[in-house]
Amino acid sequence: MSLLDATQTFLDEARDLLEQLEAALLDLEARPDDAALINTTFRALHTLKGSGAMFGPAEMAAFAHHLEDTFELVRQGRVPLGPRLVGVFLRAGDHLRRLLFTPGVEHEAETLHLLAALRELTGAAPESVPAATPLAPEAQPDMRQVMINLRLPPTALAFGTNPLALIDELRGLGDCLVTPLTGAVPDLDRLDPAQLSMHWQMTLTTAADRAAIEDVFIFVDEPGVVSITEIAPAMPEAPARPRAPVDEAPAAAPRDAATAEPADSQVRVSAARLDTLLGQVGELVIAQARLTALAHHRHDAALSSIVEEVERLSADLRDSAMDMRMLPIDQLFSRYRRVVRDLADSLKKDIQLVLSGEETELDKTVLDRLGDPLVHIIRNAIDHGIETPEAREAAGKPRRGTLRLCARQSGGEMIITIEDDGAGLDRGRIRAKALAAGIVGPEEELTPGQIDQLIFHPGLSTAQAVSSLSGRGVGMDVVKRTITDLQGSIEIASEPGRGTRITLRLPLTLAIIEGLQVAIGATMCILPVASVEECVELAQVETGTSSGRNFVDIRGTMVPLLWTDRIFGTARSGSVVAVLETEGGKTGVVVDQVIGQHQTVIKPLSPLHRCVPGLAGATILGDGSVALILDVPALARCQTLPPAPARQPGASLPHVA
Amino acid sequence: MPHPILCVDDSASIRQMVTFALQSAGYSAVAAVDGLDALSKLNGAPFSLIITDLNMPNLDGISMIRQVRTLSDYAGVPIVMLTTESDEARKQEGKAAGATGWLVKPFDPAKLRAVVAKLVGPA
Repeated sequence: MSLLDATQTFLDEARDLLEQLEAALLDLEARPDDAALINTTFRALHTLKGSGAMFGPAEMAAFAHHLEDTFELVRQGRVPLGPRLVGVFLRAGDHLRRLLFTPGVEHEAETLHLLAALRELTGAAPESVPAATPLAPEAQPDMRQVMINLRLPPTALAFGTNPLALIDELRGLGDCLVTPLTGAVPDLDRLDPAQLSMHWQMTLTTAADRAAIEDVFIFVDEPGVVSITEIAPAMPEAPARPRAPVDEAPAAAPRDAATAEPADSQVRVSAARLDTLLGQVGELVIAQARLTALAHHRHDAALSSIVEEVERLSADLRDSAMDMRMLPIDQLFSRYRRVVRDLADSLKKDIQLVLSGEETELDKTVLDRLGDPLVHIIRNAIDHGIETPEAREAAGKPRRGTLRLCARQSGGEMIITIEDDGAGLDRGRIRAKALAAGIVGPEEELTPGQIDQLIFHPGLSTAQAVSSLSGRGVGMDVVKRTITDLQGSIEIASEPGRGTRITLRLPLTLAIIEGLQVAIGATMCILPVASVEECVELAQVETGTSSGRNFVDIRGTMVPLLWTDRIFGTARSGSVVAVLETEGGKTGVVVDQVIGQHQTVIKPLSPLHRCVPGLAGATILGDGSVALILDVPALARCQTLPPAPARQPGASLPHVA
Repeated sequence: MPHPILCVDDSASIRQMVTFALQSAGYSAVAAVDGLDALSKLNGAPFSLIITDLNMPNLDGISMIRQVRTLSDYAGVPIVMLTTESDEARKQEGKAAGATGWLVKPFDPAKLRAVVAKLVGPA
């Protein structure tokens, strides 16, 4: 079978149709109102037009189209089928036969004559035949961005449209970002899987012209179903693609600066501008939290989907902004080479500094505030830890001492260890000093670990002589306070004759923390999630009192309770205990209600409130109100002090502007 | 290998043309001369696509589509109207009856094959 065969089939078919047409028209002359005859006539003309357009001469198809249009008026009853009109149609049938079987002869005069006769009899001017013009290809070879909204009717799936196939086909045209719009999807219990309730929005970057895109939606291309909008015409270069790294060998001829630029070019930005950016991102995170809270109350699916998008974008933006503030810790470590060398020289010690993890990144604020404590720890290690070469030799150790500075990231924490292979802490002398200073009682039994912890106690200096570098009254207690202020912790481990290791744990950033929002009375407070171990109902646990302090029994462990009323001077209330792990052990903060976890942008307190103990800062909640960030270690310290009688009983929590 | 394609048209030449265009691309095709014939050819047998004319004797295309859509065997099976109708209302009537889409006669066999490939996948 071939196209030629089909053409022959059509000619046979057309001959039959023309005979049917003639017979029907002759019958119609006698019975002009016979609907069956009218339909037969119409269908004959219709098929002659349709098949003729494929296999017959173009003039014949066009003429058949006119006849069909005219006869449609008859079929609709708008034009009576009189004998004269039947006569014209009979002649038109003859003319169709001529157009079909005697091609190449001039038929136009007769065609026009018959059309004029039809016009005269029906009073209607048949519209010109819509020419089967091929779609003019738009000369647009450039890449363009096109936004496509696809909103299929709910019956689309049942009626055989496969949205996935359409989307896949569209993706074949170029880079395509497909966003499903699920706002109209009902809840699971009301979901009819046979009904389509999703819509799609697609951004296509393509060189294909509009006709090619429309072609994808050939069956669904109707107003309200598909909208195709060009959003970015002819871009200078392929967009939405990562720029290829410029790593090929440099060309012999010098290129212009833009192309010669290395792939990882850098821009210097002042720290203040970065701070401003992070501040603004913080404001955005707060505004977004308010938006989320609003959407949550509105139960509006469309709003929720936008809010989710904003939420994701602001989280990304926050991460990017925070990332910009991250600096390699090498900036600190490299400074210490000189410090170690000079100090070792002046003390006649032979010390090598071994660094590792210098590339680990840390927030700039943390990094800046870490500098002095680290120097202090290093000085202590060199001054008090590592022995002179002679002493080392006598102890059977290499003359050269080693100081290791190591940084690594673990989870959301930065862990820095400062390790020396010196003599270790002299526990006997620490204990003696502590006794002399009245820090410990003479009969108090202390474990080695507890003795080691004493070096963080204010006012304990064990250096035999005040050296030029360390021991100027600034002790390890200051180091500890600085680290604690940075929301970090410090640990010490020592082995006599083998050395000492100090471990610092620091948050990677200070600007934004994961916070647990709790209510204490009418005030919202934030506890750092990282240190919250669990929350228990106060009514569910055993409480007791020992030496004037409240304790709660958490699975056999007595955890001191922290009532904030004593510190903030509010009425005592509370039903939930948030158990926090702090460096002094566990503390149970009594709160009225646990609200939930959320990203907390830390805002500094005003100078007036900064001196209030137990407050680490403030943050702005989703509803625009202010929550106080509690500094639990500081609160715990307050607790151990006798209650301040100076506080007015009516005083409320400080208000933060 | 997709199931056969049902081609419904009262015009022998169009039937021949459509089945030829499909068979030459490797699809199997079954022809029916009108809506009634189409329903008897379907009769529960698996088909992956129905291509139909609208204006046909005995049972017209739109009535046939409406009946096919009541058969659970053919839920989701695409139905393409292949017709010379240029009346938008008629086209909407067909879509409301359950047609997937619309192709206009005269058709380009290559385009028909592209559309079929799109709807049922390659042969």
